[in-house]
Amino acid sequence: MALYSEKVMDHFRNPRNVGVIENADGVGEVGNAKCGDIMKIYLKIENDVIVDVKFETFGCGSAIASSSMATEMIKGKPISEALGLTNKAVTEALDGLPAQKIHCSVLAEEAVKSAVKDYYDKNGIIYDCKLFHDCATCEHCHH
Amino acid sequence: MKIYADNAATTKMSRTAIEAMLPYMSEIYGNPSSLHSEGQAAAEALSDARERIAKRLGCTAREIIFTSGGSEADNQAIITAAKMGEKKGKKHIVSTAFEHHAVLHALEALEKQGFEVTLLDIHDNGIVTADDVKNAIRPDTCLVTVMYANNEIGTVQPIGEIGAVCREAGVLFHTDAVQAAGHLEIDVIKENIDMLSLSAHKFHGPKGIGVLYAKKGIILQNLIYGGAQERGKRAGTENIPAIMGMAAAFDEACDKIEANSAKLCKLRDRLIEGLLSIPHSILNGDAEKRLPGNVNVCFEGIEGESLLLLLDDKGVAASSGSACTSGSLDPSHVLLALGRPHEVAHGSLRLSLCEENTAEEVEYIIEAVRDVVSLLRGMSPVWRDLESGKKEFILK
Ligand SMILES: Cc1ncc(COP(=O)(O)O)c(C=O)c1O
Repeated sequence: MALYSEKVMDHFRNPRNVGVIENADGVGEVGNAKCGDIMKIYLKIENDVIVDVKFETFGCGSAIASSSMATEMIKGKPISEALGLTNKAVTEALDGLPAQKIHCSVLAEEAVKSAVKDYYDKNGIIYDCKLFHDCATCEHCHH
Repeated sequence: MKIYADNAATTKMSRTAIEAMLPYMSEIYGNPSSLHSEGQAAAEALSDARERIAKRLGCTAREIIFTSGGSEADNQAIITAAKMGEKKGKKHIVSTAFEHHAVLHALEALEKQGFEVTLLDIHDNGIVTADDVKNAIRPDTCLVTVMYANNEIGTVQPIGEIGAVCREAGVLFHTDAVQAAGHLEIDVIKENIDMLSLSAHKFHGPKGIGVLYAKKGIILQNLIYGGAQERGKRAGTENIPAIMGMAAAFDEACDKIEANSAKLCKLRDRLIEGLLSIPHSILNGDAEKRLPGNVNVCFEGIEGESLLLLLDDKGVAASSGSACTSGSLDPSHVLLALGRPHEVAHGSLRLSLCEENTAEEVEYIIEAVRDVVSLLRGMSPVWRDLESGKKEFILK
């Protein structure tokens, strides 16, 4: 199917970093099953660096590919860099997404942020609330 | 292995249909409206095709017109009934919640023009009853339109009984028989059908050609104005090659209804049995009152588009009613009408077989679906929550 780029299909067929991290330092879950996509990201953090990351996704091909790509982009990176991950960067790394699938890359960005926020909250780390806007993703969903 | 199991979307043209078309592209290419012999040869073929199709439906040749397909026939039938009703001050239409969009969107357009539409709910088995229709008919009802068989879940409606109810109430009855024509026996007289739509590409004929049957006495409302073709009710030089292909495909399909149905029901039932052996799955629509080739199942914890992509990788062409594949925010209106919650409807799979599919292919499909469902469940956070008991299964 030519709906997706080769890159998207590659990440969809061979998703990187699928799975769960037991006792993860940060877990983020965004989206909802009613809308047809949920992403969950698990982080292992040491000295402000993401030493391991795993994901689970319920959703379409581009949702799975976006989460796979996002985990690759933040693995081994300092938290500050992970927080700078944008949906645009994920989309570009995938060689583009169809217009109606851009929200999948938005979900991936928010899943990463939500996992970092969880890590901050769990560890009592003070942060600027503006870093995390609440679930803007669900705007596309009217249930 | 390459397996096409999306025959409800469209079918491969049969050899018979292709061969019936060829002479009308290179030899008998005249315009049936022309007086010369080239034109008259085409006119003769056209009239022959019309006779043959009419005979199969149990009506007369004068009662059918050729259209560009099912969508156009549906639109013209509905708009015709609306105009007729409007003249008598009747502006209420009865239909169902699970019609094809060719019907639903035509009805929505009429609602904007002041018509009132009652969309009947379907029962758990994907069927509306004649009683449901009877109770919905009002003194100002000008049309009942109920599909013969549903394109997603394949359920066959009690058309004869609904026809009888409409006849008794004196209300026009249209049926979208796009999925049924060539697959089920249809008799417009016995079933009291006033108008019927069909489309050639669903029974191994060409795309872009269909039929609207309208019982004698119904004055069709034009959608396309112009020349005097189709008794002035549908302008445009007739697509003779497509019409000849459709007539041939329809004859062939109708001759084989019994044989195909016997073969397909067996394949279908085995496929359903195999798919339902995957845990937390459910069949959509009645197990028996369904099209011979239709299988539609929901799997909890996964999403349909990723299911289709992975099946495509394994060589299986199928379809789904998930939002991602419907191109809208909501999953299929048919599955929602059936009462499936959103999260379950997203995980639907439709496999529609034709007589060329084999028992080996069915076994291959079952294995392929089993593998793909388990792969996707393995990476689904929804499935994890269900399995760990954090959330309750909807499909037991
Ligand atoms: C039930 C039903 N009605 C109408 C149509 C539209 O037919 P066509 O594609 O010929 O316009 C289809 C097929 O897409 C259908 O399945």
